[in-house]
Amino acid sequence: MTAVLDSHPEAPALPRARTARTSGLFLALGALLVVMVLVAAGRGHLDVPPMQVLGSILHRVGLDVGPLPEHPQGDATLWNVRFPRVALAVLVGASLATAGALMQGVFGNPLAEPSVVGVSTGAAFAASVSIVFSLAFAGSWTTPLLAFAGGLVTTLLVYVMSRSDGRTEVVTLVLTGIAVNAVCSAGMALMLFLGDTAAREEIVFWQLGSLNGSRWQHVGIVLPFVVAGLVGAAVIARRLDVLALGDRAARHVGIDVERLRLVAIVLVALLTAAAVSFAGIIGFVGLVVPHLVRMVVGPGHRVLVPASALGGAVLLLAADLVARTAVESADLPIGMLTSLVGGPFFFWLLRRTRRSAGGWA
Amino acid sequence: MLRVQDVVVAYGERRVLDGVSLEVSPGELVALVGPNGAGKSTLMGVMSGDVKPQRGHASVDGVDVAAWRAKDLARRRAVLTQEQRLAFGFSAVDVVRMGRAPWARTDREDEDDRVVAESMLRTDVVHLAAQPFPTLSGGEKARTSFARVLAQETELVLLDEPTAALDLRHQDQVLAEARALALGGRAVVAVVHDLSVAAAYADRMAVLHGGAVVADGVPRDVLRPDLVGEVYEHPVDVVEHGGRLLVVPHRLHTTPTPQEETPWSSAR
Repeated sequence: MTAVLDSHPEAPALPRARTARTSGLFLALGALLVVMVLVAAGRGHLDVPPMQVLGSILHRVGLDVGPLPEHPQGDATLWNVRFPRVALAVLVGASLATAGALMQGVFGNPLAEPSVVGVSTGAAFAASVSIVFSLAFAGSWTTPLLAFAGGLVTTLLVYVMSRSDGRTEVVTLVLTGIAVNAVCSAGMALMLFLGDTAAREEIVFWQLGSLNGSRWQHVGIVLPFVVAGLVGAAVIARRLDVLALGDRAARHVGIDVERLRLVAIVLVALLTAAAVSFAGIIGFVGLVVPHLVRMVVGPGHRVLVPASALGGAVLLLAADLVARTAVESADLPIGMLTSLVGGPFFFWLLRRTRRSAGGWA
Repeated sequence: MLRVQDVVVAYGERRVLDGVSLEVSPGELVALVGPNGAGKSTLMGVMSGDVKPQRGHASVDGVDVAAWRAKDLARRRAVLTQEQRLAFGFSAVDVVRMGRAPWARTDREDEDDRVVAESMLRTDVVHLAAQPFPTLSGGEKARTSFARVLAQETELVLLDEPTAALDLRHQDQVLAEARALALGGRAVVAVVHDLSVAAAYADRMAVLHGGAVVADGVPRDVLRPDLVGEVYEHPVDVVEHGGRLLVVPHRLHTTPTPQEETPWSSAR
């Protein structure tokens, strides 16, 4: 062996991994997230300038620096209304984008996304069941748990139905998504029909997706789901790269493909449930964010997963800010906004994928 | 190192492998040859653990390939598949790095960069390192994937048609590297279509025909015109040129009768 190696000249220098771009992206996203939090929390019916928002936060953590909100109701508004909503937007955005990145890795297909393949609808359907029948077997955890179960079942279903020979073709995936979405939408329609007025209102809210009425209690329930999902995603990120080689080659380099898949699917369900439980169906975040991140730093999952989480948080914060403030004294459904942007993006991606894959493969 | 014992694989009624036994020892390059549909790829699948045989088994270091943990097996054998697919636009160097996956979180992880660079040098793909893998040509993909297999640094290397998409220079280069692996003490199995090329590099040739090994030995013993002619159902000459064996098939279109030839030449 050595004799052969020695016959070759000195090993060449490989192109360095794009570390500068990667750290640049993380810095930019991190800074953007901080700025967005300060701006978004301040904007609304009662305006608080970003510096005063920062001051309010610093005072809360025991640092007496920076100006406090001038308005007498400012501090209360921030802590009771704005911050829970901002926190939920951050968590939901991070969950959705990470779920998208994971799902694309598992399916080996850049078009996989919780709302596209019907996982969000499945989770929302299961959650709406808990509302209509006033289920509360696990207290305030009932709805998120049911959403998780619904998300898990739909993800598994889509996975089993759309895969053949170790990969998922675009056309199969999209058509499976249509079928799953149709069935779950029918289920939600049934729940709408069965529910009383209050339940109906809640379900409709969900179908549209909204962060209106977020409370700290919601944040507390969603947080463990999101943390578990994000940590799990970071742990399996490196192995997801190898999955891009296809099932067989991934196995040849020592990946327990079936187990990895199962773990990833559970994580996707966990993250989707976290997002859907209190915010409803917010589509396309998981499609747009990972794609943009890939364009900047390439497809390596060790960077893609955390960068998508950050990017998703920023994007959803921005979208929610628009939803709250675009129309005077009206709270637009955020799901409507993301779909408005995400739909055309999906179409563009579909065209591009078709061209590069030379057909519908 | 690698031992295949009495393996039977059937798809429905059709027996693709019918009682195949084969042994490969460290330090030898075994060329697996045979006509299309002889069961070469299926045998490679059995050896790499992708195909479960109905009878018999393949074992690596005395343990059935099905009994190995995926990661432990990946530290002992690497596989180059016929088709190279990749989801997402990973660069060529990223793909070669994937070959280091079995050594993640071990002491050998420290050598990743050196091993990856050397592997790419040996398959002549260093200049492609930063390019997205999906944009490479078929031959470039094959060489990059071969670099990935080299980077895995295993004692057993299985190569399913490593030279199929390669030009003349790279074909010889890849097989020379395979030969070098064997010289370094590894066990190498390669499916090769070109019999002359196989004869030039292999220590042993195993001829698969109709799901069975019909010949197994040094190239000079295996490449007899009668045997090759029968297996491929096509007459061949085996000639020696400068100490090398060349298998020359009879060309179907180069035996024109003079009557056929005349009108052509006169027409011109």
